[in-house]
Amino acid sequence: MASHRKRLRLNWIDCTVFAVLIAATAYVGYRVDSVLEYQWDWSGIRDYLYRWDEDQQRWVANLLMQGLYTTLRLALWGIALAAIVGVAFGIMRTGRRLFPRMLSRAYVELVRNIPPLVFVFIFYFFISSQVMPLLGVEEFVRDATPGTLAWLEVLFGTPNLIPNVISGVLCLAMLEGAYVTEIVRAGIQSVPKTQVEAGFSVGLSRWQLMQHVILPQAVQRVVPPLAGQFITLVKDSSIVSLISVQELTYLAVETAVSTSRIFEVWIIVAFLYFGVCFSCALLFNRIEKHMAVRGQ
Amino acid sequence: MSPQNGSQDRAKVVVEFEGVNKWFGDFHVLKDINLRVRERDRVVICGPSGSGKSTLIRCINCLEEHQAGRIVVDGHEIGNDLKSVAAVRKEVGMVFQQFNLFPHLTVLQNCMLGPTKVRGLSNSEARDRAMQYLARVRIPEQADKYPGQLSGGQQQRVAIARSLCMQPRIMLFDEPTSALDPEMIKEVLDVMADLAQSGMTMLVVTHEMGFARTIADEMVFMDAGRIVESASPEQFFTHPESDRSRLFLSQILSH
Repeated sequence: MASHRKRLRLNWIDCTVFAVLIAATAYVGYRVDSVLEYQWDWSGIRDYLYRWDEDQQRWVANLLMQGLYTTLRLALWGIALAAIVGVAFGIMRTGRRLFPRMLSRAYVELVRNIPPLVFVFIFYFFISSQVMPLLGVEEFVRDATPGTLAWLEVLFGTPNLIPNVISGVLCLAMLEGAYVTEIVRAGIQSVPKTQVEAGFSVGLSRWQLMQHVILPQAVQRVVPPLAGQFITLVKDSSIVSLISVQELTYLAVETAVSTSRIFEVWIIVAFLYFGVCFSCALLFNRIEKHMAVRGQ
Repeated sequence: MSPQNGSQDRAKVVVEFEGVNKWFGDFHVLKDINLRVRERDRVVICGPSGSGKSTLIRCINCLEEHQAGRIVVDGHEIGNDLKSVAAVRKEVGMVFQQFNLFPHLTVLQNCMLGPTKVRGLSNSEARDRAMQYLARVRIPEQADKYPGQLSGGQQQRVAIARSLCMQPRIMLFDEPTSALDPEMIKEVLDVMADLAQSGMTMLVVTHEMGFARTIADEMVFMDAGRIVESASPEQFFTHPESDRSRLFLSQILSH
């Protein structure tokens, strides 16, 4: 491919599009500047990322960075859990037994046909009233030794917000898990039946076949859509701000309101999300290339 | 299983079909199949396409299920019992027309998967065994490549090695050379002839009549789901009994 790379040449369509873009940007800038009479003020915003702590004599993360860290934790745990949920339901969805197949189908259709917001509100009610007491998270955090607590802080953030973060992770994972399920199902079904026969002919059981033959090939085939879904998960993590999980969007609202630097705050937040998602995209690209090279 | 009424000096029966019938929906693929294969037998099954040859051998390792009759393989009657299916598949190796190697695993890993997961061998035992059989099919140097990097003939030899690594008592070959370029057919047939020489019990579906003639103990001719004729190769190739086999032979040997 590289040897055939076309020389970059602009034709009149490119030039027109470019001109329109510049004009539109200039117009928006003009409106904001003159008509809305918006006073840009970036000076105070840096303190909302990091602030100087007089007591500790060092820079500490302020609201926006704390929010970013929580978002990253949500995303990481969400991806891990959504992957587990997706693989489990994806396998059930392609299985021979009717009941697991129906269960998986019901889950997928339920999530896909309800707006994410509505799902999160309903599911959060269920989690906060039923699941969290069952897991005993609050008791666990309260009784944890300082050593464990230090670990928990690295993994889930500030101890008093841990139940809050876990609720967010569960909501997010159940929401995105349904989409991952569909992707995994497509992957499993794209593996030719001859692979099943080959696996059986060397004596593998159904489970061994799934584990060593079907699933690895299925995952290899669906890395691109899976990557897309995980990036969507990072962005969708902003939904759980509505159930008061104190992640980036939630704290951005607070910051924007309290400073009334609305544009500045949201532009910074947009850049933070963009940075995270774009890094993920680059990372997944590498994984994809790596797997493609190994595969053939 | 002891030989029921065969001659005393012959080996025991390892595959037995008794009045086996199979349907794909309305299509009657196998009609009253009776077949008996003894240890160290080399049976070649031939016949026009769609005659049920592949289906017949696929019934032996339970890739297809039959609807009527009895199939006994290595002392296990094949039925709905999952344990007997597992036991049979351990002892029966199969080589497919399209090789069906695991594309995400290296040649070596392809050969080690069954022995480690099913036979419970350690990694080093399985590796030694895999290298031994890869040497036997004459491609030990390709062990670390992926199937996609090999030619068709090489892939098929890996597929044979993969089956042999399970040290099966019976080997099934389902048109092993039909998907190969002509210049690669010989390397696969040579490996199979070697295997026949070593005393492996083999059931082979093939159109390679020259090969069949040299290695077969018994020729089975099928047409429209029935075994029309089964005879020694000399008998079959020189004096076929039925008109149907005569016609088939004249068509297949004429070019």
